[in-house]
Amino acid sequence: MSNLFSLFNTSASALSAQSVRLNTVASNLANANTAATNPDEAYRAKQVLFQSVMDQANPNGSSTAVRVAGVTESQAAPHAHYEPHHPQANEEGYIFRPAISVVEEMANMMSASRNYEANVEVMETSRQLLQRTLQIGQG
Amino acid sequence: MSLSLDKAMGISPQAVNVRAQRMELLASNIANADTPNYKARDIDFRAVLESAAGGGNSLPMARSQAAHLDPNAGAMNGQVEALYRTPSQASLDGNTVDPQMERAAFAENAVQYQSSLEFLNRRVSGIREALRGDR
Repeated sequence: MSNLFSLFNTSASALSAQSVRLNTVASNLANANTAATNPDEAYRAKQVLFQSVMDQANPNGSSTAVRVAGVTESQAAPHAHYEPHHPQANEEGYIFRPAISVVEEMANMMSASRNYEANVEVMETSRQLLQRTLQIGQG
Repeated sequence: MSLSLDKAMGISPQAVNVRAQRMELLASNIANADTPNYKARDIDFRAVLESAAGGGNSLPMARSQAAHLDPNAGAMNGQVEALYRTPSQASLDGNTVDPQMERAAFAENAVQYQSSLEFLNRRVSGIREALRGDR
């Protein structure tokens, strides 16, 4: 037996997954210019990995929630810049900045926020429908 | 003649049920729009409704022994078989959700759910009216 209530769980899981994604985008953008003295200490861009979750209690059910399976760090090597007057420059005068593409992060952020909006809309619509269902036979 | 509420309601309760299940599937598709390897699912409403009405042009499998597979096993607990969508634009990460199409389908399904609900509601008021008799 299907019920509309499980739909709230599905959409809520998507909302929280997308907000984790927005959070990583925010920290990537915030650290886009963070300098480091050596390449190992430089900030690395974070990416989330989504995974769909089957409902354990109801394996044949229709709802499939989503969760964040993990946050991975980018393997791209930090860019070296020659800035001998920078306070964090090493002996050779280099500082290391993370290999973050701001444009890519902005696109990622737009995708996340559109998806978030779509899920909010789904919840709103199903809330209205549930309310109408509860009013059957009262007219 | 005894009044059978089940018969009096007609097919509307099943229709509402299938609509609710389709709603769940479409909401899952929207929720998983960015999940790698997720395959979008949907149900064929017309086929489901035909089989619920007992009609259609299907030849149901006959069971002569208890060990035979029950073709109605899924339908018994109110679940309808979900089918996988054919992607219009295949994505590199194995995801077959088309967010625009899913949102359109969701909106369409919400309106259809409301109309099924309205039919059911009218049925209920009709029966109440009949039970009340003259006032």
